[in-house]
Amino acid sequence: MSAGRIGQPLERLEDAALLRGAGRYADDLACSPGTLHAAFLRSPHPHARLLAVDAREALALPGVHAVVTGEDAVRWTSPFVVGVKQPMEHWCLAVDRVRYVGEPVALVVACDRYVAEDALERIRVSYETLPHVVTIEGAIAAEAPLLHEKVGSNVIAERSFRYGEPEAAFAAAAHQVSIDISYPRNSCTPIECGVVMAEYAADDGSYDVLSNFMGPFSLHAVMALALGVPGARLRHRSPRDSGGSFGVKQSLFPYIVAICLAARKAGAPVKWAEDRLEHLAAATSATARCTTLKAAVADNGRIDALDYDQIDECGAYLRAPEPATLYRMHGALTGAYAIPNLSVRNRSVLTNKTPTGLVRGFGGPQVYFALERLMQRIAIELDIDLFEVYRRNFVQSFPYRAAAGALYDSGDYAAAMTLACERGGWSELKARQERARAEGRLYGIGCAAVVEPSISNMGYITTALTAEERARAGPKNGAIATATVNVDPLGAVSVIVASTPAGQGHITVLAQVVAETLGLAPDDIVVNVELDTQKDAWSVAAGNYSSRFAGAVAGAAHLAAKRIRNRIAGCAAQQLGAPAGDMVFADGKIFAQGDPQRTLSFRRVAGVFHWAPAQLPAGETPALRETAFWSAESLAAPDDADHINSSAAYGFVFDLCAVEIERDTGRVRVDRYVSAHDAGRLLNPLLADGQVRGGFAQGLGAALYEEFAYSSDGAFLSGTLVDYLVPTACETPDPVILHMESPSPFTPLGAKGIGEGNNMSTPAAIANAVADALDVRDVRLPLTPQRVLDLIGESEPDAPVGTRQPQPESGANVLAASGSVTIAAAPQTVFAALTDVQSLARIIPGCSQLQRVGADRYRAEVVLGVGPVKARYTAEIALSALQPPHSLCLEGRGESMLGAAHGKGTVRLEAVGEGTRLSYEYHTEITGKIAAVGSRMLEGAARGVIAGIFDRLAALLQAPAPRRVSWWRRWTGRAGEGS
Amino acid sequence: MDRPGGGGVVKPPAFDYVRVDSADEAVELLARYGEDARVLAGGQSLVPMLNMRLAQPRVLIDITRCAGLASISCEGALNVGAAVTQATLEQRRTLQTESPLLACALPYISHFQVRSRGTVCGSIAHAEPSAELPLVLAALNGRVTLRSLKGRRELGADAFLIGMLTTARRADEIVEAVQFPLLAHGERQGFTEFSLRHGDFAVVALAASVTSARIRLAVGGVDDRPRVVEWPMLTGSALDDGLNELAWTLDARDDPHASARQRRQLVRRLGRKLIGGLCT
Repeated sequence: MSAGRIGQPLERLEDAALLRGAGRYADDLACSPGTLHAAFLRSPHPHARLLAVDAREALALPGVHAVVTGEDAVRWTSPFVVGVKQPMEHWCLAVDRVRYVGEPVALVVACDRYVAEDALERIRVSYETLPHVVTIEGAIAAEAPLLHEKVGSNVIAERSFRYGEPEAAFAAAAHQVSIDISYPRNSCTPIECGVVMAEYAADDGSYDVLSNFMGPFSLHAVMALALGVPGARLRHRSPRDSGGSFGVKQSLFPYIVAICLAARKAGAPVKWAEDRLEHLAAATSATARCTTLKAAVADNGRIDALDYDQIDECGAYLRAPEPATLYRMHGALTGAYAIPNLSVRNRSVLTNKTPTGLVRGFGGPQVYFALERLMQRIAIELDIDLFEVYRRNFVQSFPYRAAAGALYDSGDYAAAMTLACERGGWSELKARQERARAEGRLYGIGCAAVVEPSISNMGYITTALTAEERARAGPKNGAIATATVNVDPLGAVSVIVASTPAGQGHITVLAQVVAETLGLAPDDIVVNVELDTQKDAWSVAAGNYSSRFAGAVAGAAHLAAKRIRNRIAGCAAQQLGAPAGDMVFADGKIFAQGDPQRTLSFRRVAGVFHWAPAQLPAGETPALRETAFWSAESLAAPDDADHINSSAAYGFVFDLCAVEIERDTGRVRVDRYVSAHDAGRLLNPLLADGQVRGGFAQGLGAALYEEFAYSSDGAFLSGTLVDYLVPTACETPDPVILHMESPSPFTPLGAKGIGEGNNMSTPAAIANAVADALDVRDVRLPLTPQRVLDLIGESEPDAPVGTRQPQPESGANVLAASGSVTIAAAPQTVFAALTDVQSLARIIPGCSQLQRVGADRYRAEVVLGVGPVKARYTAEIALSALQPPHSLCLEGRGESMLGAAHGKGTVRLEAVGEGTRLSYEYHTEITGKIAAVGSRMLEGAARGVIAGIFDRLAALLQAPAPRRVSWWRRWTGRAGEGS
Repeated sequence: MDRPGGGGVVKPPAFDYVRVDSADEAVELLARYGEDARVLAGGQSLVPMLNMRLAQPRVLIDITRCAGLASISCEGALNVGAAVTQATLEQRRTLQTESPLLACALPYISHFQVRSRGTVCGSIAHAEPSAELPLVLAALNGRVTLRSLKGRRELGADAFLIGMLTTARRADEIVEAVQFPLLAHGERQGFTEFSLRHGDFAVVALAASVTSARIRLAVGGVDDRPRVVEWPMLTGSALDDGLNELAWTLDARDDPHASARQRRQLVRRLGRKLIGGLCT
């Protein structure tokens, strides 16, 4: 029996089904008869005017039922509401403009997915490309192209805050230490992508949705408003099993609205399953951030003030709950430290990238990467032992009210640090480091101290508004959790929670919690974690985010179970003739304290409520079902001075990390990782360790591997899991996990969240270890071998005379090609061939139907690609700057199902003997699907295609094979001679 | 794809699927369909390309049940048929003595799940510039047997591998087999690779064969195809100079994961270690 109690390492009740392949995931569930299937057409451009969408050919394809476009969105939906008041319009399908690669432009509804995908290839979209911006610096520049002209700026939200006397503290400080960081776009990648099934009932105008959305959360209201229906007419159901969410499934909500719209237009149920490319390219991302963080520091290392300047990069639209990434941590911006003075400037900017949103750790990794890197800098710059710096700054007594309003509930930060050092082997790691350094190896140790917030205050997001705006909108606060415990006529207990778990083991823990309260075994408790917004109890905070399960949801289940217990106790007390307060529940039996011989069975007493309500004690009501709604009393709305207790509970994590870096390759190898946690009372230590391992693996990914890469052309480059690198079991060492327990006084069971701490601490700890190993100040995530090699900074041996000289560093994935061919024809002949429609048609690869459409302008069908990867482009080709017979510019632009391509370059001709030396320089931009899934080979492919044009020209003008000037041939020829 | 959810997770465009029992049947179909047909063996590259609609062949010719293509023979060279999986070759007991280079390189190919389906010839026919098997073939100066209705022809690795995902295979030909020369007396072979994660495509892969008289080194992952150099025995700074010149001569690419500069560095550093290890 004790194995099932709270705090015991009960193995997961979920796993028997999951390990046998009997999971019930969204995509496995039966569809309504007649369900149609959707596929999205997405923008290949980062920024373009949407001139026309012609779907006639698609609609003519047998099996196609409807094509849904922005026009339908305007007719039947509204733009999504968001937390700051701005004239920005974000629809479920693009209207007038596309603003990021992957933005949904249209969707096809067909009899199956194959036909729907076939139909996508038959939709003609006319775009007029616009200048784009993909960096924070670019977005805030004075001349930046605007994403939303009505907003008037790419800075869509800005606020400044001041707590205490930061200016005075900085003026008086003995030292000022600062750090600039940038946190990249990354994600936590669920195995299961999004799935939505939607039906529209024309009779009452209601929608019925089944999806693996992480909500309903406040976003249910956002969806209902977009669809123009009362909340009760948007029924949302969640399946039992989930292939992971990590917050990421929040990003499904615009797609739910789009599929509802499709179901309405098609007049049939519609299903859509997101594929991996769609997920990586267009679902969501953690918010990228640039921060300048300054500290006012006394000689002894005490920090008196912090000054944050944070700029979040939120993508093309501010999508709810953004700008929340900036505010989730707001009350706790001073971290684990007792720092009385704080100033903050927060800006959210828009760029031509996928909108950002919830990703496990939400807002924490960005803050702690700055703050914990800063702590290391303070220790270095003041030459004080790092642990002393920590000790002198840690919050000492609890509850503690942080400068910006967080109320830290409990903890002993110094004790957790000592635990990590002593049990984690700090002195051994230090010895290893000394030995490694003596041998010339690169070995570093880093730490991170992280206050891990859990159970977000729904009101924190309103900190983005001014006090006046908040007053007009009305206060928002709380974190309502909901649980229902039911006892049926045979005494069987079932539990329903409004939580939509994503693999954390809710069923197991809820069974433990309820079983303990009712004196039953976990196996006796049936937990149903499906959620139906039309039938189940829930409120605005319901969903799976902000580590709210252990503290809030399990707590609500405990409260509901206690009510059931009290009612049953009253009935049992009547039968046993003892006070209700003396009733003991154990092993399925009830007895009075001190009289264990006279027992009643739980089942029997519970049965009275159903079978014989007239026998119940006076005032008792029939049947046994209790729903508890719980919200932390400590969660108030922001006050007029912008103090906000942004979360109900605050755990603590102290990490130690030792890394060794391979000098030759730049690879970072984690030698040991130690993570000490205080998450209050642990409900199930096995599951707690599982949360730590998962967060650690994702933190490791953020530190060393993961980034959503965009080219400067705005192309998305990380569209497969060989381009977006998630660490696997092979790359992930097993961390040393340590626990201590300081129960929270503010949650029903004393529990706090533990699932996000390592997402916050691990990137900072690894970065600190790498900075220590290399003795460098600026480190960027992810610390890929390439970045680490640059940090090691060894110079490259010169190129020997006669070999290719280094190209200037082209920056982020600009595809440039240059080369030359020697042609056995005079420059005049070559020039004439380049400007002649007949010969152009023969030298452009895969060219057919070349038509002259103006002076030196042509339109053609061109098949481009490498090997089996080919696509048909409708291309426009233009010649300009003609200087016969010396030079000209050749430009091509085209679109295909694989994306958009644009190439522009200069060709120079030079007489060499009887022939011509043709040299060319090219810049190409390739966006859309091919860039997303083929970035690894893009440069080589672009070079090959362009070289092919001029090789064909040479071949056309001379019978023998062209003599491409090949560095390789020249060198190997020469090397051969020498050997 | 009859599943309860109904949608299906794969979504290539429509194609005809033909499973042939012999190479004869395969080349007949290739003669008929040419460019519109693709040969399906392990499908480890082709099937993802179909799902992403990067390749849209009209006909897929599945050769995995061709008994005549499923064997490995060893007569002067290791002859590997088109239907032989990488796992089968990897598990060949005598591989370590026949071709230590293959034995070293095979475990670097992705993960074992991929090797258990992926074929040796399929990888070579795909000509991915970072793949291990084309590199090994080039390093050993192996040969490719191509077959069409008109007959057979053999090409050396250098003549066969002509560019990124591009080979000298004609549209009516099938890669029937590849031949890896056996380890010669006094020859030492080695392989090394740098990839970002276990099983990822190589950022740089190196295959070397060393005798007392010469060094033969093949580089993958850098240029658009494997590149091979042969040097007289070099040591010390002469080897460093050779590797540096090699690094600069390769047409190194930038991609989001590795710069050309990093690739050059890896050629120098890993090359030094690999050859140094084989020369001791």
